[in-house]
Amino acid sequence: MDEVFKALADASRRSLLDRLHAKNGQTLNDLCDGLAMTRQAVTKHLAILEAANLVTTFRHGREKLHYLNPVPIHQIGERWIKKFERGKLAALSELKRQLEKRDA
Amino acid sequence: MRKPEFVYVTYIETTPEKLWEALTSSEFSKRYWFGTELKTDWKVGSPFALVMNGTTMDTGEILEADRPRRLSYSFQHARDDEMRNERPTKVVFNLEPHGKLVKLTLTHEDFEDGSKLLDGISRGWPAILSSLKSMLESGTALAIPPSALGIEGFE
Repeated sequence: MDEVFKALADASRRSLLDRLHAKNGQTLNDLCDGLAMTRQAVTKHLAILEAANLVTTFRHGREKLHYLNPVPIHQIGERWIKKFERGKLAALSELKRQLEKRDA
Repeated sequence: MRKPEFVYVTYIETTPEKLWEALTSSEFSKRYWFGTELKTDWKVGSPFALVMNGTTMDTGEILEADRPRRLSYSFQHARDDEMRNERPTKVVFNLEPHGKLVKLTLTHEDFEDGSKLLDGISRGWPAILSSLKSMLESGTALAIPPSALGIEGFE
């Protein structure tokens, strides 16, 4: 679990996860495209995300594709969120999303 | 071949045999899969159904069953009117032993463009896999002791 928190404690790595969340299964080239990060930096961040099992890679023909793997994030939730709280939390987070959307 | 829409990985401290058992037996699936029972004989070509509290939620056919390494079935939603008309998708479980751990890779692929099923799937699997891991490692996925239910003769 330490690796997961360390991996998430970096804005660049979170933005890589955001990109995979928006579009799953990308190559290194896809991920580098339009990012203000060097290819080396992206590679380094991906290695940290992979070590934390937040990103998983999959061979598809000649391509190595990167996928967001949310299972460890789910386990963090499971550890501290009790089953009966889940519904209320989902409602609260939807409320926050709606209100903030309106402000924007 | 199109690329899979989802690839999920979890490392579980167990053996491939135990994990296979957990993936294929209703006794286990009921505990980590929201009470879901698996109705099939696991022979290639046999029908497959996921039944939740007596209601068939999804159906399919067994595509591969190479115990304890690789399991695959087709997967089609059975209830929602829109989703039941989408073409069948494909689920593959790969089990790889790594020392004391088993790496479980789940791929789910072949969704229609604009699939409604895809959204539900992306929320379901991480919860199911996470609960499966807890159950195998600590044995406590929803383990309510029968005696705590206070039903006479049921403990």
